[in-house]
Amino acid sequence: MAHAATHDQHDDHHHGAPKGFFARWVMSTNHKDIGTLYLVLSLIAFFIGGSFAMVIRAELFKPGLQLVQPYFFNEMTTLHALVMIFGAVMPAFVGLGNWMIPLMIGAPDMALPRMNNLSFWLLPFAFVLLLSTLFLPGGGPAGGWTLYPPLSLQGQSLAYSVFAIHLMGISSIMGAINIIATILNLRAPGMDLLKMPVFVWTWLITAFLLIAVMPVLAGAVTMLLTDKYFGTSFFNAAGGGDPVLYQHIFWFFGHPEVYIMILPAFGLISEIIPTFARKPIFGYKAMVFAVASIAFLSFIVWAHHMFAVGLPLGADIFFMYATMLIAVPTGVKVFNWVSTMWGGSMSFETPMLWAVAFVILFTIGGFSGLMLALVPADFQYHDSYFVVAHFHYVLVTGAIFAIIAGVYYWLPKWTGRMYSEFWGKVHFWNSVVWVNVLFFPQHFLGLAGMPRRIPDYNVAFANFNMVSSIGGFLFGASQLIFLGVIVHCVFFSRKQALDRVWEGARGLEWTVPSPAPHHTFEVPPLIHDEDLAHGHAVD
Amino acid sequence: MGQHQDVYFVPSKSQWPIVAAVVLFLTVFGAGHWLNAEPGESGFGKTFLLIGFVGVLAMFFGWFRAVIRESLAGRYNAQVDRSFRMGMMWFIFSEVMFFGAFFGALFYARLYAVPWLGGEGHGVLTHQFLWNDYAAAWGANGGNGPARIGGSFETVPPWGMPLLNTLILLTSSVTVTIAHHAIKDGHRGRVLLFLGLTVLLGASFLYFQANEYMEAYRELNLTLKSGVYGSTFFMLTGFHGMHVTLGTIMLAVMWLRELKGHFTRDHHFAFEAVAWYWHFVDVVWLGLFIFVYIL
Ligand SMILES: [Cu+2]
Repeated sequence: MAHAATHDQHDDHHHGAPKGFFARWVMSTNHKDIGTLYLVLSLIAFFIGGSFAMVIRAELFKPGLQLVQPYFFNEMTTLHALVMIFGAVMPAFVGLGNWMIPLMIGAPDMALPRMNNLSFWLLPFAFVLLLSTLFLPGGGPAGGWTLYPPLSLQGQSLAYSVFAIHLMGISSIMGAINIIATILNLRAPGMDLLKMPVFVWTWLITAFLLIAVMPVLAGAVTMLLTDKYFGTSFFNAAGGGDPVLYQHIFWFFGHPEVYIMILPAFGLISEIIPTFARKPIFGYKAMVFAVASIAFLSFIVWAHHMFAVGLPLGADIFFMYATMLIAVPTGVKVFNWVSTMWGGSMSFETPMLWAVAFVILFTIGGFSGLMLALVPADFQYHDSYFVVAHFHYVLVTGAIFAIIAGVYYWLPKWTGRMYSEFWGKVHFWNSVVWVNVLFFPQHFLGLAGMPRRIPDYNVAFANFNMVSSIGGFLFGASQLIFLGVIVHCVFFSRKQALDRVWEGARGLEWTVPSPAPHHTFEVPPLIHDEDLAHGHAVD
Repeated sequence: MGQHQDVYFVPSKSQWPIVAAVVLFLTVFGAGHWLNAEPGESGFGKTFLLIGFVGVLAMFFGWFRAVIRESLAGRYNAQVDRSFRMGMMWFIFSEVMFFGAFFGALFYARLYAVPWLGGEGHGVLTHQFLWNDYAAAWGANGGNGPARIGGSFETVPPWGMPLLNTLILLTSSVTVTIAHHAIKDGHRGRVLLFLGLTVLLGASFLYFQANEYMEAYRELNLTLKSGVYGSTFFMLTGFHGMHVTLGTIMLAVMWLRELKGHFTRDHHFAFEAVAWYWHFVDVVWLGLFIFVYIL
């Protein structure tokens, strides 16, 4: 540890960050700078996507059409999803991975640093392309983020959306290749696969999923493109094709995609809970195998998104049981998080609060997912607000809560300064209350029969919608506190962070100085098992 | 950083990634405009597309030139070599999945979509009420769906040019392997001969493929618009053809690099990467030959 740290300090003056803004941020080959870029992009996208959500909730505050036209409302639901998924959640995980994976496995950088830079810089261009469609004559994509044909084939925006997805796909595939090569090839000597932090494991498996399914999405949207512009008939029944074929290909990508957005979250939670419970993670190997089995199962469950399109009965039954099987490894994970906390000497700093909220609220989302997995029940719930409530519990209180937890957990390591614990907690308590006010009533709305993706609704749904909207506005406003906490920590905080920021934290990232110097581990570090989160906890 | 051994290699800053992002953006932005242009309207889409495309070529040239220089300067250690290998392997895996989407569409259309339109399984009512004169079949007698989109057409017989192309690609896989062994043995003349042969075989594959397309369009009335049959046929063989084109160009570059003496007995990863890619393209073709042409 001392070795790596001192080496870096005396090397810093000739290996420090480049001086020029352009050279440092645009031509970078530094995993920390590129990680920061990803995280900043993600934060911007989070607020853009969030503002779209505010439009949606404002329109739904009362029955009737008040603020926007239906077409614009549909653009908002479509772009809210695309921006949040591809702009906020995925880049946040890539950013966290970029920053932390090399630090956690004792690598000097990512394996392919220039490709890493390209992976990032494709994204701003992709989003400019996607969001510029809002200003096209005829408007942006409005057929839902899944881009189902024939609806998605209307209007001029399809070409731009498809190309934007191509760019994001290229970015994701390159990013994933980089992560796999880094983890498999750049681990410091002694960092065996089964000593790696769970976060690194989850990213390794996520990267595999990305490489496997992003090309399938690229294929699906390419078929949309040729169907619209070049006269092919993939999804046109008159020409022997089938719109349902699109749904199959899309969800072959789509279901693994939802795990792409949750497996790294599992990893983050598995780092944070042991730190603040001051106990090694319970059942390390079981955690790793659970993630691997979830990833495997994700390839054979896709049609649970399509129960209502009229699949053959045998397919319905197969996909129902396969889906329910996922509850087993997921249950193992929740059990192990709880067991890690059991008997630990717990403290509740801000990252831990988010992590505990994750375990509880993500589990609620998991249970509503099980309900949706039942074919006869799904016939009732399909395309209702129940589905909206379900996936927001797993994506907001799941993925995004974990990302926020991870940001609070590592922010002192990145900046060298402590964030305001008080405001972090204000952020947490506001978020956790309002997010439930926002999404919990949507379960009831769905069960009562309110369909998703509509700007107007029956007056019978008025009360719960108003409650949900109030929760939405306040949850949205609470995120401004997050912005304030980050800005304060980066630019104004005077409270120095220790190298080992959290007393219970284990792992190589805590053996380097805070802030982490521009270059770390240029010489492979000597690994002592007591530095590791899991080294002596395995066997 | 690269000067001392036993130390990780982290490449220096580079302008190529941002250049790549810009030219790729120009390409797709131009393509989007061009696709949406009204008939007869020229627009700036084509110009942007062209600038972007030329830019992409220039970017690849510049980026690879920088990498080749670093490689020749001996800056890449065994670890970097392993990273490159993993990168190429996983890239090929992503390509496999891309083709998987189109093969999936082909199997689904043949096994489910078309038979259902003809009344099989739960397609009874669709058939009866919408298209009760449609007799479902693949190929010339129904592969363009109940509306016979694109008019009647004929399929390409597998035992003519497709068979010839199969033999060409299989042979080229052999020649590229011989060239690889020749590099390992340090036989420069043999490398140039067999690598050159591989390039020629790749080019002749493309020539025959282009002929086949022209014949399909002119004589068989088989086009991209021939219903789902034409869609799957041209998208699968077309994307494959694009990959052969790319592979042939890469093989030609490897031939030039061998001529310049870039490769040594144990340092020739660029060649190996291209050879892997070539084998992958070969395997995809075998899948096409069986599932698109024969069956
Ligand atoms: Cu799913």
